[in-house]
Amino acid sequence: MDDDQHPADRRVSRRHLLLGGAAAGLGAAGSVGIAAAVTHTGEPVAVADVDLNGRRTVPFYGVHQAGIETVPQAQVTYLALDLLDTVDAGALKRMMRILTGDAAQLTQGESALADSEPELALVPARLTVTFGFGPGLVARTAKPAPSWLRPLPAFTIDRLEDAWTGGDLLIQVAADDQLTVAHATRMLLKDTRSFATLRWTQSGFRRAPGSEKPGTTMRNLFGQVDGTVNLTPGSADFEKLVWGTSSPGWLAGGTGLVFRRIAMDLDKWDKLDRGGRESAVGRTLAVGAPLTGTKESDEPDFAATTAIGFPVIPEYSHMRRARSENPDERIFRRGYNYDDVPTHTAVSNSGLLFVSFQADVDAQFVPVQKRLDDLDLLNEWITPVGSAVFAVPPGCTSSGYIGDTLF
Amino acid sequence: MNTAFTTKTKTLPTLLLLAVTTLFAATGCAASSESATPTASASAADSITIEDAWVKAADDGMSAAFGTLENSGDTDITVVSAESPASTMIELHETVENDAGEMVMQAKKGGFVIPAGGSLELAPGANHIMLMGLTAPLVAGDDATFTLTLSDGSSYEFTAPAKDYTGANETYEGDMDMDSDTAN
Repeated sequence: MDDDQHPADRRVSRRHLLLGGAAAGLGAAGSVGIAAAVTHTGEPVAVADVDLNGRRTVPFYGVHQAGIETVPQAQVTYLALDLLDTVDAGALKRMMRILTGDAAQLTQGESALADSEPELALVPARLTVTFGFGPGLVARTAKPAPSWLRPLPAFTIDRLEDAWTGGDLLIQVAADDQLTVAHATRMLLKDTRSFATLRWTQSGFRRAPGSEKPGTTMRNLFGQVDGTVNLTPGSADFEKLVWGTSSPGWLAGGTGLVFRRIAMDLDKWDKLDRGGRESAVGRTLAVGAPLTGTKESDEPDFAATTAIGFPVIPEYSHMRRARSENPDERIFRRGYNYDDVPTHTAVSNSGLLFVSFQADVDAQFVPVQKRLDDLDLLNEWITPVGSAVFAVPPGCTSSGYIGDTLF
Repeated sequence: MNTAFTTKTKTLPTLLLLAVTTLFAATGCAASSESATPTASASAADSITIEDAWVKAADDGMSAAFGTLENSGDTDITVVSAESPASTMIELHETVENDAGEMVMQAKKGGFVIPAGGSLELAPGANHIMLMGLTAPLVAGDDATFTLTLSDGSSYEFTAPAKDYTGANETYEGDMDMDSDTAN
């Protein structure tokens, strides 16, 4: 890091302010490489403010909402709200103006209007706030809903619980810092008090910023590299398959969001040996390479067979089943792990908050999920317990608000 | 108690807003607090802006408006009064400790002074614009328009969105029927 070249005395003086006498010893250590020094309490030496990840912001206004193409932040909270019966289009508009205003400020590291804890807003840490509209919300406006804006068809593997399913309004709050997420979440929910009630909250996480090389594919709690083949923001495929405009006019610049809470049975997974785990997915656990390759990015060779004639990548493997011959049946995944409080005698309550973005849920997501529902060995260990579909409206300008094309 | 409007010194279009029969149809226009614009060309109004303006949502009775008034000019500006179609009566309030040691709000004598090149924060528990008689429910997401009359007679208009807020329950000196929660 270039920061390592900064004068050591500046760092020491900063620490001196914080630690008083304790920093005196650190001062002596400075001569032998202060940048790597750690105090006896284990605290890392403070870095210059300009380098702080907490200062980083993601633009709020734009053609598309932030939080989709944004490199996934470490922490996320999804909120689904049910609109009150009294909320009509006029009230929806008022609600979205308030939510938009506060989201715009919070994401830029500024306190929201009427922010009771304004100091908590000063660390944006790449905060994004993304809104999605459920069927129940769009129905209260005069505009048509896209044909795919409805609950997904029932899949045989589903064990959906109301507590994790549906919702009129989705708010995705994501940042690299959980305190930032918690504050933004509370501010936004306070904004909704006159309009809606909280249906469910689901929080998830990835690696903390700085823990891994940027761009490293996430691992899920099965230990698998999860999300290798994905659409790339900025690519022509992404433009077409995520921001495509087959939907009603008000959704131009928007997309569709599928939310699935997928419970992962870690206790059952524990009973499976490493070879079995790899064949269930078709990829190695070490680097996520196809079983026919050596690198994560290698293309799988589905024709390859073992010495006794079986496919190296089994017919029932998740990777094989998730692939479509039709290049239009692709989605953009942006999921998170969850690890909640166990119930009863279990020691884990873990899984994946599967989130995918696609222009047409019926044409892109549903066929893939049908194939996985029909056959996917991974189904032995995973169970969808929550499900919802939302239309993600386009972004807005500073004089507009999210959802303004709907009214 | 003191009534507002006593120090208004100039006939301006804003006087139209005084008509207490004005129907306050808050229609949520696109204007945000950032789009507040001066309504007169006088110097004081040219130097004043408000940031992060908002007003507490309320069904009836009283409410209050907040924000940070900024003065880009080189002379102090005094806000002597405020008007809004949202309320039949408005006062400029400060929050002070009374003889009993309680924090109470009262009319700010002489108005709000915004120092040259500086700012004045209007916030719950501190200075604020007090709406004494709402003309209609002020619901979250609606805009309320305010007109400040400044010491040189010019005026400054801004809009503030209404927000649900459970604070700002300061005891009002002289009105013991109000919620007795005190600001922290």
